[in-house]
Amino acid sequence: MEKIKQAKLEDKIMTIVFYIVAGFFLILLLVFASYVIIKGFSGATSQMFTFTSKGVLNQLFNTIYLVLLSLLLSCPLGIGAGIYLAEYAKRGKLTETIQICIETLSSLPSIVVGLFGYLAFILMTGMKWNLFAGALAVSILCLPLITTTTFDAVRALPDYYRYGSMGLGATKWQTTYHVLIPSCMPRIVTGIILAAGRGFGEAAALLYTSGMSTDINWSNWNITSPLCPLNPFRPGETLSLHIWASFTEATAANAKDIANLSSAILMILVLMFNITVRIISKRIDERAGGGK
Amino acid sequence: MGDTSNIKFKIQDLNLFYNSFQALKSVNIEIEKNEITSLIGPSGCGKSTFLKTLNRMNDLVEGTKVEGSILMDGIDLYREMDAILLRRRVGMVFQQPNPFPKSVYDNVAYGPRIQGIKKKIELDDIVERSLKQAAIWDELKDRLYKSALGLSGGQQQRLCIARTLAVKPEVILMDEPTSALDPISTTKIEDLIIKLKEHYTIIIVTHNMQQAARVSDKTAFFLLGEAVEFGVTKELFSMPRDKRTEDYITGRFG
Amino acid sequence: MQLQKGMFRKEYFWKWLISVCGIIMIVITIVIGAFLIYKGSYTFTGFGHSIGEFLFSAKFSPNDSYSGSNGSVGAAVFIVGSVLTCGLALLISTPFSLAAAIFMTEISPKFGNKFFQPAVEIFVGIPSIVYGWTGLTVLVPAVRDVFNLPYGNSVFTAALVLALMIFPSITSVATDAIRGVPSSYRDAAYGMGSTRWQIIKNVVLPAASSGIMTGIILGLARAFGEALAVAMVIGKTRVFPKNIFSSTSTLTSVIASNMGNTFDGTEYNSALWSMALLLFIISLLFIFLIHFISAKGEKKANGKD
Repeated sequence: MEKIKQAKLEDKIMTIVFYIVAGFFLILLLVFASYVIIKGFSGATSQMFTFTSKGVLNQLFNTIYLVLLSLLLSCPLGIGAGIYLAEYAKRGKLTETIQICIETLSSLPSIVVGLFGYLAFILMTGMKWNLFAGALAVSILCLPLITTTTFDAVRALPDYYRYGSMGLGATKWQTTYHVLIPSCMPRIVTGIILAAGRGFGEAAALLYTSGMSTDINWSNWNITSPLCPLNPFRPGETLSLHIWASFTEATAANAKDIANLSSAILMILVLMFNITVRIISKRIDERAGGGK
Repeated sequence: MGDTSNIKFKIQDLNLFYNSFQALKSVNIEIEKNEITSLIGPSGCGKSTFLKTLNRMNDLVEGTKVEGSILMDGIDLYREMDAILLRRRVGMVFQQPNPFPKSVYDNVAYGPRIQGIKKKIELDDIVERSLKQAAIWDELKDRLYKSALGLSGGQQQRLCIARTLAVKPEVILMDEPTSALDPISTTKIEDLIIKLKEHYTIIIVTHNMQQAARVSDKTAFFLLGEAVEFGVTKELFSMPRDKRTEDYITGRFG
Repeated sequence: MQLQKGMFRKEYFWKWLISVCGIIMIVITIVIGAFLIYKGSYTFTGFGHSIGEFLFSAKFSPNDSYSGSNGSVGAAVFIVGSVLTCGLALLISTPFSLAAAIFMTEISPKFGNKFFQPAVEIFVGIPSIVYGWTGLTVLVPAVRDVFNLPYGNSVFTAALVLALMIFPSITSVATDAIRGVPSSYRDAAYGMGSTRWQIIKNVVLPAASSGIMTGIILGLARAFGEALAVAMVIGKTRVFPKNIFSSTSTLTSVIASNMGNTFDGTEYNSALWSMALLLFIISLLFIFLIHFISAKGEKKANGKD
């Protein structure tokens, strides 16, 4: 009898412990997120919201531009590789090797990718720090994520889509392109957004590739000029690098406020992306629910 | 060629293996044009496997090996024909209604499109004609551009038949097309099958002997990979020649 | 026939293109590995240092020159720094992660699914630089004041930041593992009159153990590879930490802080590359470990162990 009592008491205590831990982390997240955002904007001056060397909008533009560039590189490759693995690859040594490689890529520390990018895209090409090199480095980080989500999405499709299409005399590629990819596009998009989210926050891989300075002239639209906003071969400091820079070389007096604001913007970007992904996957669920 | 004869498929000594398992054992059957042939037998007897050899859907299953020959209009399916082109001539309707997650229109237009037909007028025409042939035009003409996944199971299956018809096949294979449907939808599909006989050769796998008796001209009874008996449906059901067929249709097993 | 010819040509073209995408994955990985080995081994082949010195010596003062080997490249301090911070981070976050995962699956699955899991996923997405910056501006002064230290930069602070970063990673993998435990196990135990905690402790956790281990290793890998957030809060001293409240350096923080100040091909530069190579090898080890554990877990599940 004593034993049962003790067991019940223990059960109650542990239940309370679990509630406390869960509540603690929910509150922690809420406090953390709102602290970063409020702190960031409360210390901001109107000067910081300008496209000048004293503002952060140039960095925000660089961040978005760099992520777009890297998606442009990693999406076709990642989606292609995911489809290859899901539909074309035969079980064997080659497929196994590709899977091991993807796993290796996904576990690479981003600082190591950054060093590789520094060596391969800066030192060996003889160029200065540039956005494009940064985009290449970030692509390497995004690739495994996009490949695995594509693979999972295509694999999850029921076989009767394939049979239905093949039974109509479609070739394998026609089936893949016209039926399979459109059917799992929302899930692939989710993967791409997640990858983009990773790109937005990335700093270590960009440290020695995209450079820690930015100098844009917004009236210069000559793409070959190093001052042109759209020239990918110019140095381009991103928001996260901007934070790192205010830690290492804090040149401006209000460096701390600028870094706070940059953190806040990054945090908002993350929240926005998260909500977008949630909306998309909810749509997928609804559609799947209405299917039968 | 082959027009002189009334035989659509001539199957000779067909053996089929999934790895080491033999799923079909020396099947010999001749299937005539513009007839409905039904394949019956207990599950796992090889009737679906046999059906899938007729448009080489079995090619998609790894480890499948086919011996013997299947001649369609005198041409060997496995040696003298490309599987993709074959499937455009021999269409297939599956057990589970399997519309693509696209609109009704895009589902029906899928086949013609992959064959390179791009003109809107031409596609409109094919879609309307196919849906009419599948007796579902009236129900769907107002919602051509809505997702096919919102249709009822019976509508989905008739849509899938329309989708097959749009490719203009010569033969339609049906793999238990009504097993997932309610009785009313089943009746509609059976009526449709009988109507389609006029233009197409139809081969249907069914687990429902009444269905076989209602719709088909000829019936083949499969057991353990063998085509035990093949003949005119009425005769096969009223006076089976083989003891095993009799046992099956009188419900002694299966 | 013309049309069909085009169709098949297209088919081969796409098949070829898609296969190339797959093969590029191998190429990228091999190229990265090869570069790392090439650059990282130069410390040993070009400057004549021994691997033993690199791994076990605490004396790190490489020369910024292209020849000779009068400097020393001992990375022991940084290796110890990495192991210590990550170990401590794991120690802090694992119990919390497990508790959170259990809460989400066993105690309150409804609330867990609706609020807790999305929250955890947002945590995963927050950039590490934001963790680092908040750590620098909030945690460093806090640790200094609470523990009455001259500086707040310490192994402990770094471990706290890392613990917060890897908490969501471990939690989400552990949650999946616990969800994967068949409910028949639980029903059987309830049927014998066990309390919920007894079931969690004796049935659910053991059954999910290999999945939980995988989550812990993934968290560890993330912590090991994190560079900037750690560099911001750990300080930059190059000696062994006296205790967890003294500052030191890790492999990643040294690379991040110093790579930009060295010239390609110098002894200093090579030593940093060797550390990067070491990080690469460690991340491969983690993969190997995960495969080993999940293979073992599968065996157990199949009742062969």
